[in-house]
Amino acid sequence: MMIQPLQVTAVEPLTSRITRFRFEHPDGDTLPLFSGGAHIVVELPDGDTLRRNAYSLISDPMDGSGYEIAVQREESGRGGSRFLHSSVKAGDTLNVGVPLNLMALNLRAKKHLLIAGGIGITPFLAQVKQLALLGLSYELHYAAPSREDAAGLALLPDDPNVHVYFSADGNRMDVPSILEQQPLGTHVYTCGPERLIAAVKDGATTLGWPASTIHSEAFTAPPPGQSFQVTLAKSGKTLVVGPHQSLLEALEAAEVDIAWSCRGGACGQCETAISSCQGKLEHNDHWLSEDERAANSKIMPCVSRFVGQDLTLDL
Amino acid sequence: MTQTQFSPSITSRPTYSQLQSHGGSPAILVADGSGGQALLDLIARDASVLDRGQIFFVTAGTEFGAQLREAGAKAYHQGLFFNEILTQYQAALAQATMATRIYLAGSEGLIGHATAEALAAGIDAGSIQGEHRGGIARRMQCVHCKGMTDDVTTDPFTCSHCGLNLFVRDHFSRRLGAFQGVCVDAETPGEVPETQEIKL
Repeated sequence: MMIQPLQVTAVEPLTSRITRFRFEHPDGDTLPLFSGGAHIVVELPDGDTLRRNAYSLISDPMDGSGYEIAVQREESGRGGSRFLHSSVKAGDTLNVGVPLNLMALNLRAKKHLLIAGGIGITPFLAQVKQLALLGLSYELHYAAPSREDAAGLALLPDDPNVHVYFSADGNRMDVPSILEQQPLGTHVYTCGPERLIAAVKDGATTLGWPASTIHSEAFTAPPPGQSFQVTLAKSGKTLVVGPHQSLLEALEAAEVDIAWSCRGGACGQCETAISSCQGKLEHNDHWLSEDERAANSKIMPCVSRFVGQDLTLDL
Repeated sequence: MTQTQFSPSITSRPTYSQLQSHGGSPAILVADGSGGQALLDLIARDASVLDRGQIFFVTAGTEFGAQLREAGAKAYHQGLFFNEILTQYQAALAQATMATRIYLAGSEGLIGHATAEALAAGIDAGSIQGEHRGGIARRMQCVHCKGMTDDVTTDPFTCSHCGLNLFVRDHFSRRLGAFQGVCVDAETPGEVPETQEIKL
């Protein structure tokens, strides 16, 4: 993963909990362009802890003058969003990875149906700009608790294709009726809470949509859990994963070289083979199949954890 | 009539099996000639396939039209050639919604042509099924003038649009729903190899 130091040039609150951060090249150089749905990994040096969190890009994919992200402050999270909100100011420099897209638009679709819940609006803010540029047909459905919580509202075009739903106003998104009557060649993309992603997937599947037309992205922040010990078969190392640390972060702290990309259980880069396992794996990823999980043979160290006597990795 | 077994040597050529009903999903059913019997067989296996189904039938000299017309579809269109009902088929695709299933039966040329139209309308390839009935005549695209010649049974053959002598390539284009024909005497005009019957 290529990482470069970028300067924070703007920090702007969008709502009481969501803040927009803009990054630019320190010398004003143009940054690589991206495609709607892409994310960047931002390194967050918080005291002794180095976190690397992935955030969807919300700025114009065709504008290389800077990258923008919108971050929601999660009080119960591991601290990455709290650090960004409380410690990062305009003028600071942070290490930022190159954009990578795990939820690109399928440009062979005749129509794009975008469904967002809450902070899940972020990838669509860039996709809507791309769709408008390409002149493609789309509909965006965006549900948020209230108008005050809807960070994306001010960043969306005033466009009849954009539909918003605020549950505070008693206005709920009706997923089955959105999916009904969509024209042939529609692809649906969902980003937001797990239950919204499941509702769209189940609804579309029940109607008979082919699986290849249903897309979703749910970045799982590594959930905290109990501390556990891990043995590495090849290097002979033994390390302890802290309650608020991910297995991937513990491996990095022990200077184990391991490939990674999204750090959210979606891309598959950090898939690691298990040599032996006595105990229960807590699979939190969206990558491994049910069979692979049942076999206890692989783990995604970016988000998954372990409880038990012995976990030995083939590293 | 049983299904035709194609030679396995042409890897680009789609293979077809028996149509399987997806029940009452919106459906567009297209057939020509003895493909009409394949639709009647499908309806006999599961009549609900017509609950939201429209039939497009090219008679090609067969008598299946009367039975298909009375089968209970939401709409029925019939023509002597596919081009006669092509506009109605395209209109049905343009108005179709997601989850629509396409059932095609009959000649390889019709299946190829109807598939190409459906893909152009944006449908997922996995939502299209075909059941081959009839001979092995090929739908050919002239790579020079882009004209389509249906029911080609010899190699080489004469393009029905620009008149070039075309060699029958064993390459099937799924996008076009046709095999491709290339001028056989471009270097030595008039020196055309002996005409042979296509046996694959």
